[in-house]
Amino acid sequence: MTDLEQVFRAEHGRVVATLARRFGDLDIAEEATSEALVVAVERWPRDGVPPNPGAWLTTVATNKALDRVRREGRRDAKQAEATLMDEQMRRDPEETGPVDDDRLRLIFTCCHPALAPENRVALTLRLLGGLSVAEIAHAFLVPEATMAQRITRSKAKIKQAHIPYRVPAAGDLPSRISAVLAALYLVFNEGYLASGAISRAQAASGEDSVLVPVREDLCAEAIRLTRLTSSLLPDHPETDGLLALMLLTQARSPARVVDGVLVTLDEQDRRLWDAALIDEGHAIVRRCLARNRPGRYQLQAAINAVHTDALDVTMTDWGQVLALYDRLAAIDPSPVVALNRAVAVAELDGPEVALSLVDGLAGSLAGYHAFQATRADLLRRLGRRDAALAAYDEAIRLAGNPAENAWLTARRDSI
Amino acid sequence: MAQYMLSVHHDGTEDFESMTPEELQPIFEAVDRFNKEVQEAGKWVFAGGLEPIESATTVDNTKGEALVTDGPFSESKEFLGGFWIIESADLDEALDWAQRGSAACAGRVEVRPFQPEPPTE
Repeated sequence: MTDLEQVFRAEHGRVVATLARRFGDLDIAEEATSEALVVAVERWPRDGVPPNPGAWLTTVATNKALDRVRREGRRDAKQAEATLMDEQMRRDPEETGPVDDDRLRLIFTCCHPALAPENRVALTLRLLGGLSVAEIAHAFLVPEATMAQRITRSKAKIKQAHIPYRVPAAGDLPSRISAVLAALYLVFNEGYLASGAISRAQAASGEDSVLVPVREDLCAEAIRLTRLTSSLLPDHPETDGLLALMLLTQARSPARVVDGVLVTLDEQDRRLWDAALIDEGHAIVRRCLARNRPGRYQLQAAINAVHTDALDVTMTDWGQVLALYDRLAAIDPSPVVALNRAVAVAELDGPEVALSLVDGLAGSLAGYHAFQATRADLLRRLGRRDAALAAYDEAIRLAGNPAENAWLTARRDSI
Repeated sequence: MAQYMLSVHHDGTEDFESMTPEELQPIFEAVDRFNKEVQEAGKWVFAGGLEPIESATTVDNTKGEALVTDGPFSESKEFLGGFWIIESADLDEALDWAQRGSAACAGRVEVRPFQPEPPTE
């Protein structure tokens, strides 16, 4: 990514959010921001990047938006003016909610419960992350036209149904923030566990399809937006928990895929882990522990903190990992949590005990590749060769990620 | 301010017909209380409950000759039971009224904005 692209991506959300507040219209905000970026692409290489690129882009975009409002005639101009007045009148502390930040309002608008969950993520990536429709379509493995339609429809619903552009009042915040965090976590996971995305454009042009195991840009974007949310809501433990979870997961990323093959946690070269991200993640987890208001993201972050605390895999405090999974299972009694908990049980009580737990989950998880992979590994450790081979085959059939597939294939062939 | 329709939909699983007056009375009272709240908040435009779906008649004059048929236009088992039309600043406020309306009438409520009025020149 070039420097200019980095500046654009970093400033996109801020500029769109400021214009959305001023003009009360996401389409105007987005188009004016795009036009401002075009002007910057022409001028900055010639005149140099201005000292405050965000302010420069906001000014140019505001002028572009005013031009458009004027072009579109009196009625629209009057409406825009009215909206502007209305917005300004509403800007007393009670109406704007506990935090007055344009980007945070935009996140809450994009993640409004009246929008379908998958559309919330797409809209957040488009308006705040500045990702192109093609990139978002690529990440979600849908045709670009489909994604464009989803984004257009979501923006139309925001406008027609008058979904408000504001941070919810303090009382509504706990119920609304969870949708925002869920969207950010999905964005991060889409980057971290990229579903073996094949570029449609490349597939259509007949070029070799490109399989991408990790989408670093999506991970970085999710972390940036979560950091922003956390800095704006400093006392929200689960926001901090999600940030720590992302940082501690991201820290292991350099050791996670080698030559296109997944390297599992126990075999990773821990010297490759990012020490700065781990330190930051651990500090946040300690702060969460001190608050003692655990939630699912905080507990997952704490589990990752235990793993990243061990200098090598033999030093892992499995007792603590299991205790944390027990608490997580109490909050979130889902089969996927039970599966991960069984992995810790295997380390403490042996593969046989763990296998009986895992087999009990077959009803709900038989079609999930991680279930088959975990089962295969336990069967391998118990010396049940044929059953292990069958489970690896099933896991390979179900896995979508190329690095994961390569690892499973190598495991199967080594039995 | 915009106007929203809060409509109450039945999906055929409810069995209001076989409910006794004693069972229905608390629902009527809750709806009355809700209606008063909407009126006192200055948000009331219009509201009404509809007679059962068997009372519906459908008129189709789209093909040059009016065709009148007994029954609703749609074969589905879902049908509109009643509605409120309210004034509301934005969707969040409309959703808040809908939550209270749904609890009052013991039914699911769909929230839809009206199209804005055409500009007056």
